[in-house]
Amino acid sequence: MRRGLLLALLGVVALFPALVTGPFPRHVMTMIFLYGALAGAWNLLAGYCGQISLGHAVYFGIGAYTSTVLFREAAVTPWLGMLAGAALAVLVSQAIGFPVFRLRGHYFAIATIAVGEIVQTLVINWDRLGGARGLFVPIRRPDSLLNLQFHESRAAYYFVALGLLLLTLGVTRAVERSRRGYLFRAVREDQEAAASLGVHVAREKHRAMALSAALTALGGTFHAQYVLFIDPESVFPLSLSILICLVAVLGGVGTLWGPVLGAAVLVPLGEGTRVWLGGGGKALDLMIYGALIMAIAVLQPAGLMGLLRARR
Amino acid sequence: MSLLRVAGLTKRFGGVVANRDVTFDVAPGECVGVIGPNGAGKSTLFDLITGFARPDAGSVRLDGRELTRLRPDEICGLGVARTFQKLRPFGGMTALENVMVGAFRRTRHVGEAREIAREALAGVGLGDRADAHARGLSTGQRKRLELARALATGPRLLLLDEVTGGVDQGAIPALVALVRALHGRGLALVVIEHNMRVIMGLAQRVVALQLGEVIADAPPADIARDARVIDAYLGQAWRAGP
Repeated sequence: MRRGLLLALLGVVALFPALVTGPFPRHVMTMIFLYGALAGAWNLLAGYCGQISLGHAVYFGIGAYTSTVLFREAAVTPWLGMLAGAALAVLVSQAIGFPVFRLRGHYFAIATIAVGEIVQTLVINWDRLGGARGLFVPIRRPDSLLNLQFHESRAAYYFVALGLLLLTLGVTRAVERSRRGYLFRAVREDQEAAASLGVHVAREKHRAMALSAALTALGGTFHAQYVLFIDPESVFPLSLSILICLVAVLGGVGTLWGPVLGAAVLVPLGEGTRVWLGGGGKALDLMIYGALIMAIAVLQPAGLMGLLRARR
Repeated sequence: MSLLRVAGLTKRFGGVVANRDVTFDVAPGECVGVIGPNGAGKSTLFDLITGFARPDAGSVRLDGRELTRLRPDEICGLGVARTFQKLRPFGGMTALENVMVGAFRRTRHVGEAREIAREALAGVGLGDRADAHARGLSTGQRKRLELARALATGPRLLLLDEVTGGVDQGAIPALVALVRALHGRGLALVVIEHNMRVIMGLAQRVVALQLGEVIADAPPADIARDARVIDAYLGQAWRAGP
């Protein structure tokens, strides 16, 4: 029954670009996949391991900048750049982890905000990386999978984003079912109790952070190739870190499908208000987000997944 | 040769000395009770032994191996398990999942961990609550859950911080019987306990603490007659009583 439902859903999603040829619906779907994947990556650290990070834009930005710089300077295919970005994000995440994992709860969250701001400021002042002006991704024609650029057949981006989401879901599912998933959740529930049972708390946090950072960086590379321009304001902002968190919280943290569900609701809302109301709509989607967050906090802290479960 | 040797253990919190020169041994398979009024340093002693706090002086040796520089998870890995005075279940996980976390100390396989956890739950009489969420269990059941979780790590030495604390009177005998059964299987135990009836029936030796210092270390019958213990802890009524 559930398997059938999933296969049907996957079928619809696979056929969507062929059935709906308009660029806007396809763009919205692509963004749902991207933000679903980003929120899913965040969920591994925050939802399962209980470490609420508000600095995930750091890894997104690292992914975007690494592949772009490698592509510009050495014509390295963005696919390799994507892997390099993920590797660099893992390294940076482990370095960040040492100081910030000593903090708990709100203090951890605040520290991750601070790290995010530091990294953004750093890149703004880093001339070699284009500073505040940012970097263009050199355009290569014709379209090629190798260059991860699709100017004529933008539907290809749709499938790359879908692949990213499926990868994130697959990793999450594997973690959920493995020993690691149990240890992550034990750390989330009670660090002292977990330690008393032989769980190396710091190591589990670092592992969750590494997985989460790597997957987030993949999304960053995708973003760079999709938009073909990156600057610190668009790939390192605090607002992105918060949006990633928001998507997961709305959908339901610590669940496999929560982040996807959250993205399916929030992304169309954001994109929609922007189109209907133009530049003036920018604040409106934030107001709606705010209202939604308050509604979740009061009515259903377990998010939309909690709502679905209660229905059953 | 003793299994656990605590020697000269001292811990200060600011100006307060929580443990001063605490020394005692636990032999393999022995059950040692720890008593003392509130604030005597009993839980601090457990924290020092299990790596949750670092002593200012003294040593803790398990089979001759120094524990005081190790992390809690490393000490668990050497075969020392503990429960907490304040219950700390993994509330968002089922009873079975709670115990599986402990079982992963012994195996990397989820299936095997599940089996170990089922056995441990059945062993404490929670076999039928395996799929219940930990936060839905009663206090007595949660005490049993913590016991099962600690046992699933396969310890040689188990430290129990007030097993009967906060449990209603009716549930105490069954819990005590459970602990006695563990002892009967050869597990070494250190038991913090306020209920004197329980400790008298359970422990082979009792260490009495007052203001962080050991004021007596003797078999239960002698402890009950020790003047200092009576003054510090048991009270005059005890002297006149049983």
